[in-house]
Amino acid sequence: MAEPACLKVSVWRGGADGHFARYEVPARENQTVLDVVTHIQRELDPSLAYRFACRVGMCGSCAMTVNGRARWTCRTHVRKVVGAGGELELRPLANLPVIRDLAADLSPFFDKWQRAKGHFEPKDAPDGAVPEDFAVVPPGSKARQEADAGIECIGCGVCYASCDVVAWNGDYLGPAALNRAWTLVNDVRDGACAQRLDAVAGDAGCHSCHSTQSCTERCPKNLDPSAAIAGLKRRLFWDTLLGRR
Amino acid sequence: MMDLRPRSHPTYLAFIVHRVSGLLLALFLPLHFWALGSAISGEARLDGFLRWTENPLAKAAETALVVLLAAHLAGGVRVLALEFLGWRRRQKDVVAVSAGFALLAGLLFLLNVV
Amino acid sequence: MSASDRRDTPENPQRRARAQTHLWVAQRLTAMVLGLAVLVHLATILVAVRGGLSAAEILERTRGNGAWLAFYAVFALAAGLHGAIGLRNIAAETIGLRGRGADLAWLAIGLLTAAFGIRAALGLYA
Repeated sequence: MAEPACLKVSVWRGGADGHFARYEVPARENQTVLDVVTHIQRELDPSLAYRFACRVGMCGSCAMTVNGRARWTCRTHVRKVVGAGGELELRPLANLPVIRDLAADLSPFFDKWQRAKGHFEPKDAPDGAVPEDFAVVPPGSKARQEADAGIECIGCGVCYASCDVVAWNGDYLGPAALNRAWTLVNDVRDGACAQRLDAVAGDAGCHSCHSTQSCTERCPKNLDPSAAIAGLKRRLFWDTLLGRR
Repeated sequence: MMDLRPRSHPTYLAFIVHRVSGLLLALFLPLHFWALGSAISGEARLDGFLRWTENPLAKAAETALVVLLAAHLAGGVRVLALEFLGWRRRQKDVVAVSAGFALLAGLLFLLNVV
Repeated sequence: MSASDRRDTPENPQRRARAQTHLWVAQRLTAMVLGLAVLVHLATILVAVRGGLSAAEILERTRGNGAWLAFYAVFALAAGLHGAIGLRNIAAETIGLRGRGADLAWLAIGLLTAAFGIRAALGLYA
C-alpha cells in the first residue's frame, strides 16, 4: 500500500469537555504514534500536553487512545493503525479523568490497586522483619508458575481504559488491580490472602467481570487479566460454598 | 455514542449475544409461565391456546426464542468453562461453535414445525 | 439498637460484598443446573413439536408424572432466580439501580417468577 505523504492527525485538546484539533504531520518510514505526537509538540504546537518517558515499551507511561483503541504509542507503528487517507485520531486514555490534552489522570487506577490490596505482605514477618527462613518456591512448581503468569504488569492502564465494566461501574477495581491481587493470592509467601480475597469480592471486584476479554485482547505485555479474574472468581466460589470465608 | 472500533473481538460479540439473549429470555420467562399457567385450566383451553400459536407470527417468535435459548445455553456453557475450568485457548473457535449450536437448534425447530 | 439507630449506621461494605458474592454464586449454581435442564427442555421441544402440538399429547406426557414435575419445579426455580439476578446486573450497569433494597426486590421477583412456573407445572401434573 502506498503510504500517504501527510498524516491528518486529530488530537484531543483541553479537559473532559475539550475538542479535536487537526494537525498535518509529514509521514515518515518506521514512524511510531509517539513520534507523531512529539512532532506536533516540537514543531507545531508547544502547548500540547502528553506523557512519555522511556520510548521503548518499558515504562508504560505513553498509553493513549489511538483510533478508538488503547495502545502504547511508543510501540505502535503509524502504518499499522493509520486510515486509508492518512487519518489518525488521538485521545487520552478512556475511563480516567482528563488532566489536559493527551494526559489522563491515573490516580483512580492506582487508588484501586491499593484498594485491591495489591501489595505483598510477608507471611512470617508482619512487622517487616526478615523471616527466619527463606521460602523455597521452585521455578518449575505450579504455584510459582501461577504467581508468575501476571507478574510482568507495569501498570500502564491500557486494560483499565479498555474495560467496559469500569465505565459502567465507577467502583469496579478493574483488570490490572485484580490481576495483581490474583498474583499475590498465588504467592505462597504472602500472608494477607484472606483480607485480599475480601477486598476483591462483590460488585466492585471480580464478580462484575463479564469476560469480554478486552483487557486480555489489549494488554501490550500479552498478560491475561481476564484469566486472573476468573481465578479469583473460582477461588471465591469454592471458599464461599465450602464455608471457608 | 459507544465507539464500536475496539469492541469487535469474538469474545466481546459473545458477551453482547449473551446479554441480549439473557435480557429477552428473562423478560419472556414470566410471560411464558403466566400463559402456560392460565392455559392449563382445562384441555380445551390449552388446545385453544395451542391453535392460536399456529399463526406464522407466533411460529416466527417461537423460532426466535429457541435460537435465543440455545445461544444463551451455549454461551453460558462457554462462560462456565472459562471461569471454572480455565479454558482459555481458541476462544474464537468456541464462540463460533456456540453460534453454530444456536443456529442449528433454530433450524431443527423450523424443520420440525413447518 | 432501635430501627432509627440502625438507619444511621452506614452499611458495612464487607457485608455488602459478601451478599453480592452470594448472588454471584447463586447465579453460577443455577447456571449449572440450567445447563443441563435447558438441554433437556430444548430436546423435548424439538421432539414434541413434530407433527404439531396438542393438549392431549402434552397432558399424556405430564399427568401424574412425578419425575417430570420434580424436574420442572427445579428448572423453574433455577430459571426464575437466574433471570432475576441477570436483570439485576443489567439494571445496575445500565440505569445504575444498585443497593440492598434493589437486590432484595430482584430476589423477590425471581422467587415470584419461579412460583408462577411451579404453579404451571403443577397444573400440567394434576
